Amino acid sequence: MAKIQGAVTVNEERCKGCDLCVVACPCDVLALQPKEVNNRGYHFAYMARPERCTGCTSCAMVCPDACIEVYRVKVE
Amino acid sequence: MELNEIIRPENKVYAKPRLMNSNHMHYCPGCSHGVVHKLVAEVLEEMGQEETAIGITPVGCAVFAYNYIDIDWIEAAHGRAPAIASAVKRLQPDKLVFTYQGDGDLAAIGTAETIHAANRGENIAIIFINNAIYGMTGGQMAPTTLLGQKTATTPYGRRVDLNGYPLSIAPILAGLDGTCYVTRQSVHTPAAVRKAKAAIRKAFENSLAGRGCSLVEVVSTCNSGWKLSPAEANRWMIENMFPKYPLGDLKNV
Amino acid sequence: MSEEVKLLKGNEAIALAAIRYGCDGYFGYPITPQSEVLETLMEQQPWDTTGMVVLQAESEVAAINMVYAGAACGKVVFTSSSSPGVSLMQEGISYIAAAELPALIVNVQRGGPGLGTIQPSQADYFQATKGGGHGDYHLIVLAPSSVQEMVDFVGLAWDLAFKYRTPAMILADGVIGQMMEKVTLPPQRRRRTMEELIKQCPWAVTGKKGRDKNICTSLELESDKMEIINNRLQSTYRDIARHEKRYEAYNVEGADYLIVAFGSIARICRKSIDIARERGLRIGLIRPITLWPFPSEAVAQAARGTKGVLTVEINAGQMIEDVRQAINDRAMPIEHYGRLGGMVPDPEEVLDALNRLLINPTK
Repeated sequence: MAKIQGAVTVNEERCKGCDLCVVACPCDVLALQPKEVNNRGYHFAYMARPERCTGCTSCAMVCPDACIEVYRVKVE
Repeated sequence: MELNEIIRPENKVYAKPRLMNSNHMHYCPGCSHGVVHKLVAEVLEEMGQEETAIGITPVGCAVFAYNYIDIDWIEAAHGRAPAIASAVKRLQPDKLVFTYQGDGDLAAIGTAETIHAANRGENIAIIFINNAIYGMTGGQMAPTTLLGQKTATTPYGRRVDLNGYPLSIAPILAGLDGTCYVTRQSVHTPAAVRKAKAAIRKAFENSLAGRGCSLVEVVSTCNSGWKLSPAEANRWMIENMFPKYPLGDLKNV
Repeated sequence: MSEEVKLLKGNEAIALAAIRYGCDGYFGYPITPQSEVLETLMEQQPWDTTGMVVLQAESEVAAINMVYAGAACGKVVFTSSSSPGVSLMQEGISYIAAAELPALIVNVQRGGPGLGTIQPSQADYFQATKGGGHGDYHLIVLAPSSVQEMVDFVGLAWDLAFKYRTPAMILADGVIGQMMEKVTLPPQRRRRTMEELIKQCPWAVTGKKGRDKNICTSLELESDKMEIINNRLQSTYRDIARHEKRYEAYNVEGADYLIVAFGSIARICRKSIDIARERGLRIGLIRPITLWPFPSEAVAQAARGTKGVLTVEINAGQMIEDVRQAINDRAMPIEHYGRLGGMVPDPEEVLDALNRLLINPTK
């Protein structure tokens, strides 16, 4: 059976660490960097559990700063 | 499969719309404005209307929308965006003309322009961000502020005897003969974002087709003004804003 | 339409002239004594002939913002109102000036302050010439004294407004707006095509076809950039002041006294001067046509060698400040005569005032 596998990239400098993508993700993929910050001082989002990502785009859709790009492949 | 095998151009299914440039937006983290800006850019791009679109920015947080979306813009005096849009559309009827306004701009100082542009049936789309507070000036009471809601000018909560009732604009506009489409949306979940995008598209199509005035109210959060985290603000909006400003189409003719 | 001679009210003349000068849009709100501008336009239905847009707005505030919008689109647009309505428009006028847009505002003045009277007045001189709204800006202010000038100044105002990218005002009053005279209307000027507009106004908001986006705004939060914008405005005003001062001189050679008067009252003063000449008294007249920029040099030169200067204004003494500054001579008697509340002086009254204030002043 074909399995969908996804991944996201976060524009770390554009991200303001608002956490909305983390909340929106149905698969608990994303988290905010616990320590690291960007140039503006925000704890930006990152894929904490990339293996769970299905590329559903939920995180990107609710992102107010349009900093998430989503990729998706079908794995046979 | 390795991440670098997935993250390839041919596998990209979502990205920032091209019309939204890379300027860093001045909005607070988690602000609804960013999502709605993105939807405006996406819809214009998908409709292929970037060369015909003319947007009118308000006074308020969205005053700088013109810095983020690469179309032609006019920055309005506080509240006057619908008057400006009316003139632009009448003078250039082939253009897609829309305003982007907040609740103070549209529902307080600009109430007259809003109602009269809608009532004249101007072929414009009005995008109305209702977050029940003045964001840019530092969180004062808006006409749409809920009873009991604390703001900088209602520090003990909005009181009817002092401040009157929250103003619900969409039903007023829905009752006017000049409007063709009046809807309330939100952008707090992926499903809501999809619906809001469809609503903006419909409003833009109405402007191009000359069907009359469209209002897309987006019930939004102002987490800074509300003094909540973005996620808490979404919950507060669901619990408190939606009962007063219920989502859905009020008019679609 | 070719050139045409007609008997018209000043307000009607404004409307017909606007159509003939290729106007793209008018936005206005009824107020006495200028409502005939909107009424005449609606009667003419120019949208069917030239394609001009005419819209009765919900308020003067909306109307001036529609003008701001039209100007931002590079269109030839105008509004008209009378004093209280023009007060309401001041914010919008400031925005138009700040955004460096060409537009025409017609003020057919009535007496104030407040709701005042519907009778004529020139009490908006300060408002028109000193800025009116907030911030450092000027309007080009043209003061017609005949119905023919109501026609001619519509075209002149737009030419200047587009040349300098700045709003212009026709400062008329209820006398000029309401009186009827024979006028020659210009031949119909064709409205510009969109291609011509874009060529003339590459900054206009027309949809970003084949170019980067255009933004029309008066906002700049960074002070160093805002100062640059302000300096550019001031430089434009200096250019205008250098090149666009206009006035009419009457009987100034060898005059013993000089009257400075603009608009409707200047006509009455001419009559006073003719009466005085028959009585052997030589009085000259300088009629500023541009109230801003004020023709200071012409006033100063005409005043030289006279025994005194009288400004006659239908107000409590406003232009006299510019006249004093222009002449800049404490030894020169400079007096003001005016009537208020909608009263208009007659020619003999002006001569009485000249006698009382300058020739035989009561100590």
